[in-house]
Amino acid sequence: METFQEILFKLKHYWAERGCVIQEPYDLEVGAGTMCPETFLRVLGPQPYRVAYIQPSRRPTDGRYGENPNRLYKHWQLQVILKPSPDDVVDQYLQSLEAIGIDLRKHDIKFEEDNWESPTLGAWGIGWQVMLDGLEITQFTYFQQCGGMDLDLVPTELTYGMERLAAFLQGRQSVYEVEWSPGVSYGDVRLADELQFSVYNFDLADVPTLWKLFGLHEAECQRLLDAYKDYPEKKRFPVLPAYDHVLKCSHLFNLLDSRGAISVTERVAVIGRVRKLAVGVAQAWIEQTTTGAAA
Amino acid sequence: MRTLPFLLEIGTEEIPDWMIPGALDHLRDLFQKLLEDNRLDADTVRFGADGTPRRLALRAGGLPERQADTEELILGPPQSAAFKDGEPTGAALGFARKLNVTVADLEVQQTARGDYLCYRRKIAGKQTSEILAGALPQLILSIHFPRTMYWTGRNGPRFIRPIRWLVAMLGDEVIPFEIAGIRSGGVSQGHRLLGAGQVPVHPESYAELLKKNFVLVSALERQQKIERETARLLEGTNLGLKQDPELLRTLVYLTEYPTPILGSFDPEFLKLPEEVLVTVMRHHQKYFSVEDREGKLAPHFIAVMNTSADPEGLVRQGNEHVLRARFNDAHFFWTVDQHKKLADRVQTLGHVTFQAKLGSYLDKTKRMVRLGRRLARLARADPAPVERAALLAKCDLTTEMVKEFTELQGVVGGLYAREQGEPEQVWRGIYEHYRPASMEDAIPATVTGQLLSIADKLDTLQGCFSLGLIPSGSRDPFALRRAAQGIVRILVEGRLAIPLSKLSGGNQQLADFFLDRIRYYFRDVRAFRYDEVNAVLAAGYDDLTDLESRLKALRAVRPTENFEPLAASFKRIKNILRQAAFEPPVGAGHAPPLQAGPEADLHSAFLRLRRRVKKLRKERNYTAALELIASLRPKVDLFFDKVLVNDPDPSVRQNRLTLLHNLLSEFSAIADFSEIVTTQQEEK
Repeated sequence: METFQEILFKLKHYWAERGCVIQEPYDLEVGAGTMCPETFLRVLGPQPYRVAYIQPSRRPTDGRYGENPNRLYKHWQLQVILKPSPDDVVDQYLQSLEAIGIDLRKHDIKFEEDNWESPTLGAWGIGWQVMLDGLEITQFTYFQQCGGMDLDLVPTELTYGMERLAAFLQGRQSVYEVEWSPGVSYGDVRLADELQFSVYNFDLADVPTLWKLFGLHEAECQRLLDAYKDYPEKKRFPVLPAYDHVLKCSHLFNLLDSRGAISVTERVAVIGRVRKLAVGVAQAWIEQTTTGAAA
Repeated sequence: MRTLPFLLEIGTEEIPDWMIPGALDHLRDLFQKLLEDNRLDADTVRFGADGTPRRLALRAGGLPERQADTEELILGPPQSAAFKDGEPTGAALGFARKLNVTVADLEVQQTARGDYLCYRRKIAGKQTSEILAGALPQLILSIHFPRTMYWTGRNGPRFIRPIRWLVAMLGDEVIPFEIAGIRSGGVSQGHRLLGAGQVPVHPESYAELLKKNFVLVSALERQQKIERETARLLEGTNLGLKQDPELLRTLVYLTEYPTPILGSFDPEFLKLPEEVLVTVMRHHQKYFSVEDREGKLAPHFIAVMNTSADPEGLVRQGNEHVLRARFNDAHFFWTVDQHKKLADRVQTLGHVTFQAKLGSYLDKTKRMVRLGRRLARLARADPAPVERAALLAKCDLTTEMVKEFTELQGVVGGLYAREQGEPEQVWRGIYEHYRPASMEDAIPATVTGQLLSIADKLDTLQGCFSLGLIPSGSRDPFALRRAAQGIVRILVEGRLAIPLSKLSGGNQQLADFFLDRIRYYFRDVRAFRYDEVNAVLAAGYDDLTDLESRLKALRAVRPTENFEPLAASFKRIKNILRQAAFEPPVGAGHAPPLQAGPEADLHSAFLRLRRRVKKLRKERNYTAALELIASLRPKVDLFFDKVLVNDPDPSVRQNRLTLLHNLLSEFSAIADFSEIVTTQQEEK
């Protein structure tokens, strides 16, 4: 039986052998691996790129105080970007499952339609949820747009839900029983984290403070985007720091949401504010990287 | 001409199941058109399309090897100018030279303007393979899908999912073309995991070759395999499959080689409501539910794999594991949701937007309570349970269970209300208030449910109409047609005598909208003849239960011998009155006496019948009333035979018109007979 960390090692190794840069998690809070600059910005423009990384992804509303065996506030995604998509991408993906010890001839694999969309990032794609014996183990997406722009090369994004996959492979009823490393369970490592963040996200986070922080990050990002237009040396301009502020806004939005502080009407408007920043960053990034390549 | 079999296979990554049948229909249509446009014997070629998630295949038999030859007639100089003394002139020689033939190849053809020298040019038919090679790329890329993608890069071709291989063969030969960098060939692919990666195929043995590679191209064959093997799994048990044709169809198009397996779950979960369990199995896991002989849900399920077998039981265990987790979730939601009663959630609805300009669900709830009370009074029902149910109806939108299983809205609210001790009328009303969800779905069974459902739908209709959000064409984002249709069905089938005018509340557009739905319902759903529907509508439709009774009576009486001739006479009366621009006299009784004979006879028969018809109408015995009216026919016929309405004496004429007017207006209260299209008219 493979431990949680063994499975992660093997998947990273598998994708490294197929030409992926193995990155470490991004060091800010994100709701999904897609939001990391390694995906959101790298899929833009004409440069090919392959990358794989683990990204702990925070979704405050999914928290359950550590009480639900299958729901987590923060879960581990393995994110793979293959840009452009190789023709045999589905076969490569299936072999990655073999690499972590799944004998596909003894299991049932189905590709069920599931198109992905992130209104906050102005991004969407066409794809499937991959079902292994009735369990959704991967989101498989051909990106079509990002930052509101059509993509030059169509990347494949593979997002493996690591806790589910591990619980399945180890035959555990609860993710907290998953063996992380020999003798150490997922619960040993993460239960306190789940409980305390659920209490904070649902009960104790101060709503006015969250709004204030949201406003500060939004303003700082907008200030940078405004300054970009007249900045003489584009290549030096801090577009990446501007994007960090977008990520902060997105996470604060999620926290406000879990505090029940955003009504359905407001929701659309706030998502629109974050998208505006994300699209602005994406456009500046494209300009910066493509003119840089030409120079 | 030699004919050949043809095969086209578009190999793709997994196409969404629900799009496949439509794509295959369109593929057939496009191919039919290709045959017609290219004169390839569209009438005699036999072809069909079938497919799986990974391939759309079209097979044809008896395709001609090439187009039939055709001729073109090219006119030259007139015969008189072409020959002189039997010898060709310069004009004839020039004509022949231009066509690169000799004068001996030319002939003389009679035309309307005289005889002309001409050349009959033979055009050889094109090779079918050449035509197909030119037309197939465009044909493939024009197959319609609801949503397409690009995969080779910006501005690349669009299809539903990436195309990974193409088979195109006419007889033994490959038809060469290329799409998105893929060249057509004669090699297909088997099942992703069980079949060979390369499967050389031939139009005549395509299906068999694929079957050897674990692909059943025929959807029917896949369906039969699922049905046959499911029956075998349940053989000798006391279990039966809960039939679900829609799910079956999904699974047929989600698999290339379907194999059902039987799994089970902990009977402890049967404590959760059946509705929740079935929804989890059906919508989230695509499992069939299984029931015992009494129709009670059994702790088992049927899952359909896309593979040939599960020898070690790993797939079954995996699915059982997933289902257990799902049921645990549902159980968790159920328990958490009980911590806060529905009644304590009403204020929370203030945070849930119904529609930007129509406010929150709390606003909607308040309106529904008021509407529910009014509707209950109009229907002479007890308003108390309707008001209570309306207050709680939308509260389940704030529960974890409905956030997770949105399709269970209403049902979950009803179940929670029962759990929390609400009276049966109230919880059942909440449970049913989204019904009917479709034309096939039943209306709510309880009066509370019916009234609540109307209140909910009417509130949406009134709100949207007041904002001018009125459906046009196929655009109906708020599903207002379905809402109005639901109200019409509930009024009629629930036999609720609530005046329609009270529902449209003076909004003419809404009233017209309802009228459309009423026509649609009686004609297309209930299959009444359109003229009968028009006839009863013309006599008023404020009470739809009454409308239905009149319509049924009309249908019953229509085949009787007197009815249609009388209807024709009523139409005549209507015309006469219109032509005379007749206005009924203000004070009755001052007219001179009617003339003895047919005129007085008709009048006295009318007076006699009028009383009896009125009584029957009051009793809603419309069939008897219509039969009675129809019995007037001989008197009416005789009147028109013997009496001239347009008498020169104005007072006599006025008298006769008044008689006809009274006849028409008294007897049109059930149905306007003049709307009936009589057999005679149809023959014209």
